[in-house]
Amino acid sequence: MFHRESGVFKTSYAADMALYPLPIARWAVAVFAGLFIVIAPLALGEYYISILNLVLIAVVGALGLNILVGYTGQISIGHGAFMSVGAYTAANLVTHLGAPFWITIPAGGIMAALIGAVVGIPSLRIKGIYLAIATLAAQLIIEWTINHVTWISGGVQASIQVPRPSLFGTQLKSQTQLYLFLMAFVVLAIVGTSNLIRSRIGRAFIAVRDQDIAAEIIGINIFRYKLWAFAISSFYAGVTGVLYTYYLGIANYEQFQITVSIDYLAMVIIGGLGSILGSILGAIFVTLLPILTRWFLEDYGWLLFAQQDLQNAIPNLRLILFGGLIIFFLVVEPEGLNRLWRNIRNYFRVWPFSY
Amino acid sequence: MPEFEWQFTLVLLTNGVMIGLMYALIALGFVLIYKATDAINFAQGEFVMFAGFIAAGAAEVAGFPFWVSALLAIGGMVALGFGLERVVLRPLIGRPVIAVVMATIGLAAVLRGTATMAFGAGTRVIVMPVSDEPFQLGPIMLPPVQLVGAGVSLVFLAAFTWFFLKSRTGIAMRAVADSQQVSMAVGINVRRYFALAWAMAGVVSALGGVVWGAMLSVDNQLALVGLKVFPVVILGGLDSVIGAVVGGLVVGVVENLAAGYLDPYVGGGTKDFAPYVLMILVLMIRPEGIFGRRRIERV
Repeated sequence: MFHRESGVFKTSYAADMALYPLPIARWAVAVFAGLFIVIAPLALGEYYISILNLVLIAVVGALGLNILVGYTGQISIGHGAFMSVGAYTAANLVTHLGAPFWITIPAGGIMAALIGAVVGIPSLRIKGIYLAIATLAAQLIIEWTINHVTWISGGVQASIQVPRPSLFGTQLKSQTQLYLFLMAFVVLAIVGTSNLIRSRIGRAFIAVRDQDIAAEIIGINIFRYKLWAFAISSFYAGVTGVLYTYYLGIANYEQFQITVSIDYLAMVIIGGLGSILGSILGAIFVTLLPILTRWFLEDYGWLLFAQQDLQNAIPNLRLILFGGLIIFFLVVEPEGLNRLWRNIRNYFRVWPFSY
Repeated sequence: MPEFEWQFTLVLLTNGVMIGLMYALIALGFVLIYKATDAINFAQGEFVMFAGFIAAGAAEVAGFPFWVSALLAIGGMVALGFGLERVVLRPLIGRPVIAVVMATIGLAAVLRGTATMAFGAGTRVIVMPVSDEPFQLGPIMLPPVQLVGAGVSLVFLAAFTWFFLKSRTGIAMRAVADSQQVSMAVGINVRRYFALAWAMAGVVSALGGVVWGAMLSVDNQLALVGLKVFPVVILGGLDSVIGAVVGGLVVGVVENLAAGYLDPYVGGGTKDFAPYVLMILVLMIRPEGIFGRRRIERV
């Protein structure tokens, strides 16, 4: 949003704390909302909408993980497992009780939040690498438990069929309907996160991230806030899991393995730690990367590989590109896409008189 | 409860010890890097896999004898260690833990992709010049491959213990790990030791790759042994060579006993699960591990 601040004066605290302090920012948000909520579903075909749906689901999860990693400075390599907790909670509620989505989504979130808080308990004593490994252990243990306890996983292949949610008595069959449904949760997640970060809890999170011992000394109960961060972040993960389950129509622990945790970490790092826009950009980037790689290679791959090697090369090239980009961003632009966007914006803000 | 069979237990125990020593070898690579550079290598399993691929590829495709291909793997991994330190890890010095963790996770993805691209997705074997006939010891059968693996582990663990305690280079490395600034002040070339640590980890990973590759055969799945590194090093202490040995032994024994006694009740998979439960317990009770050094934090 290429805005100029000159001439905008704030006369009250409320105006100063507003989410979008400038009129042009509000206009920009309105334009984006119009573009994505009204025009995109009308203009794009089912296939493209289904890809956008994946992006929307990832945005919710990335926002949640960014609360934990970017704002509170804790590490979690277990978010895939928290998503599976949400997914299986919802799946069981649907199959046994026939619960509608407005029960399953909060229930999945709360269940994941509880489990997440339990996993977060060691964070009082351990941090950094130890916490990373503890959450990795949580990922593997939760995965194993879901796979082996039949009353959670429903037995065969640990997968449970879940019908699409119904809204006002009609089932959301097409991707476009699902798109609007998911969009509602994305908006909720974005607004919720931006408000959370400006609140007392959010400020405490940031203090804990910057220096947890100092935060404790100025009177922040770091244990409580670390647990809150784990719980809130896992709540988002749980909701993501439920949404993804609705999208796929099946709850399956294989969809939430450690690679998923790593994907989401990559989103917040490539997007930018501690930034809402960064989470969104990261989610878009990481979700689209494999799809775009495949399209590109299917069309132009014959320039690089023989036809019979191509199908084998695609997943490997994707892995290499994915890992290489993570390393590239960490080494070259640690603040991620969000920083790149700010650089571009700042350049144009004073353009063409950059002195 | 089935009646206690001491023979069964004994077999599980010896198996656990053998596997444990081989875990210790891989964990050693992790400990070396952490001890010298404070970096956490989440790509240790992929290092091992990559080394296995080099050795197996050299033997199968080029037809080199076992020793030459093992040496090739060691050389390749040393070069890889040097290169990665220079390109990836050095720019990350002084950055938050998550940056290094994520960088090595990214590295793991790159290595896995590259290995499969270069060597193909198929399974390859490393044939050690030892007989296939198991070594009989009372009721216990020991495959020679495992014996060799355990022996290699023991030799190198002893060598590295000596190296860190007595040799000038080893002491300098410990100094670098302790405080980079003070080491620079007393005239230690910190960068050189960082590079050296990654190269040494490369050597250890190459040995691990050859030994594990000979036991399990080489494919993508070989990288999964890397997941066992974490329980081992947490248990023993992240910066202790002896800790790697003890941690490896405990994890090896625990997972074998768990697999032997619990698998029939829960339907398999305890082998991968039990070490992590053990690790969580250690993290709760004594996060720095058995031999690890407790760090005091200051504001």
